[in-house]
Amino acid sequence: MSIEVRSVSKRFGEFTALHDVSLHVEGGSLTALLGPSGSGKSTLLRIIAGLEAPDAGDVFISGALATSVKPQKRNVGFVFQHYAAFKHMTVRDNVAFGLKVRKRPKDEIRDRVERLLNLVQLEAFGDRYPSQLSGGQRQRMALARALAPEPQVLLLDEPFGALDARVRAELREWLRRLHEEVHVTTIFVTHDQAEAMDVASQIAVLNGGRIEQVGSPDELYDEPQTEFVMRFVGEANRIGARWVRPHDLEIAHDPAAGAVEATIERISRLGFEARVELVAADGEPVVVQTTRDMLDDLDVRRGQVVWVSPARERVFAESSSST
Amino acid sequence: MRRYSLRGVALVYLASILVGPLLIVFWRTFQHGVGPAWDALSAPDTIHAFKLTLIITAIAVPLNTAFGILCALTVVRRDFPGKGVLNAFVDLPLALSPVVVGLALFLLYGRAGWFGPWMTRHGIQFLFALPAMVAATIFVSLPFVAREVVPTLREIGDEQEQAARTLGAGSWQTFWRITLPSIRAAVMYGVILTTARCLGEYGAVAVVSGRIQGVTETATLRVQERYESFDLAGAYAISMVLALVAVLVLLTTNLLKPKEVA
Repeated sequence: MSIEVRSVSKRFGEFTALHDVSLHVEGGSLTALLGPSGSGKSTLLRIIAGLEAPDAGDVFISGALATSVKPQKRNVGFVFQHYAAFKHMTVRDNVAFGLKVRKRPKDEIRDRVERLLNLVQLEAFGDRYPSQLSGGQRQRMALARALAPEPQVLLLDEPFGALDARVRAELREWLRRLHEEVHVTTIFVTHDQAEAMDVASQIAVLNGGRIEQVGSPDELYDEPQTEFVMRFVGEANRIGARWVRPHDLEIAHDPAAGAVEATIERISRLGFEARVELVAADGEPVVVQTTRDMLDDLDVRRGQVVWVSPARERVFAESSSST
Repeated sequence: MRRYSLRGVALVYLASILVGPLLIVFWRTFQHGVGPAWDALSAPDTIHAFKLTLIITAIAVPLNTAFGILCALTVVRRDFPGKGVLNAFVDLPLALSPVVVGLALFLLYGRAGWFGPWMTRHGIQFLFALPAMVAATIFVSLPFVAREVVPTLREIGDEQEQAARTLGAGSWQTFWRITLPSIRAAVMYGVILTTARCLGEYGAVAVVSGRIQGVTETATLRVQERYESFDLAGAYAISMVLALVAVLVLLTTNLLKPKEVA
């Protein structure tokens, strides 16, 4: 059930969506494709599903070459950002669709649909139409529909993108639990780094049609290999040629080795945490994350000039991306 | 108040333009009782004219429905050079006078036309017969299904079709189970408009039919013929039947329309 993408390129007219992209996804894993809009993440997902054809390169599903296999023969489940609900069918018929087109026996279809409706907690909504469901319910229905034919691979394209924050968090948690239960190889696309860090066991960061780095959430956060990953996964400050996380910065009243001079612009206290926004002498904005107690001990005010020194910093040899 | 005055203007306009003439036809038909009207309608040539109109409609409507859906799918879902031209050509019958269409068929299939001599040699009677009348009717009623279906297809997008594909449905299954049910209301509306256009067609058919009584005379041609023969009762009676059908078509349309809007 592993997925292998080998040197895939894709152009849309003048725009290069994917540039020689290779990716290996372990069977049974939960992987996020993370990147800003236009980074090629959705295109890559659609190529794996067979909804787009690559200009060059190959896709292997479970070790078998799938590049020229039609989407209906790939045995993948696909969940769209805007649900793609079959509006003229009830929830039950939506979920049963993949089984009906495969001409499975009626009893089997009925049992499996009921089981899936239970799994997504829509057992009471089987006779409703998609227009009578909330966004979160529609997306759960779409998920049950995608899982019904027992796909080898589950692909989700910004599945929570159209939902409000509370439902998003709920469905995120829910997708993680579902993956633990069903254990189907899952890839989901998101532009929200917090979502990727929270749900996925492996993250591939895309930028400008290339993969910047693949790794676990901790690896990406602690060992970013490019400037882009540093900035995109978690918050980052630039101090001269160095990159520093906001919680790796210290504020002091007196200069020290490696410290830069900065003026405090704003201080905000968020319960236990405190954020200090500064402007360095060279004009670069700097954010420092600290605890409330430490800030109180420092006794600093807005407009004050202080010294900021990195406790842990990184230098990226090659600037891989434009700002 | 303003709402009522607007409504009043609309109703007066409709009454004078549409309902008035309809009522006059109705009144004239039965001016001298039911007898003359019934006689006119039961004349063998009149019955034949109605039959011919129905036959032509029964051939033209299914063909144009299939073509209209296919054409709409091609224009909306496919990208190819010349797409703009196809799109424009579908509208051509709306812009072109039916008489011109008739003349064009005449020039193509007439004795001196491109295909005329070949057809004569093979014993195919095209002009002054059913084939030419069907062709003319198909031409003038071509755009309606496509025009109704195109915006609906654009609106629903192709995500549902893609979802069906990933769920294992082939193109044929996707069309019957997903696309067609989604555009059903638009297709029905297009079919009704096409039917109305076929039933009422006069100009193009007048040119290519030869107007042979009891042979190539449709209902609309028959109205004209009766009128010219000073048989006003007959002309009114046939007109009334055509008007009734038109009203029925309109009513059906209105029954379907709100669903599409909702």
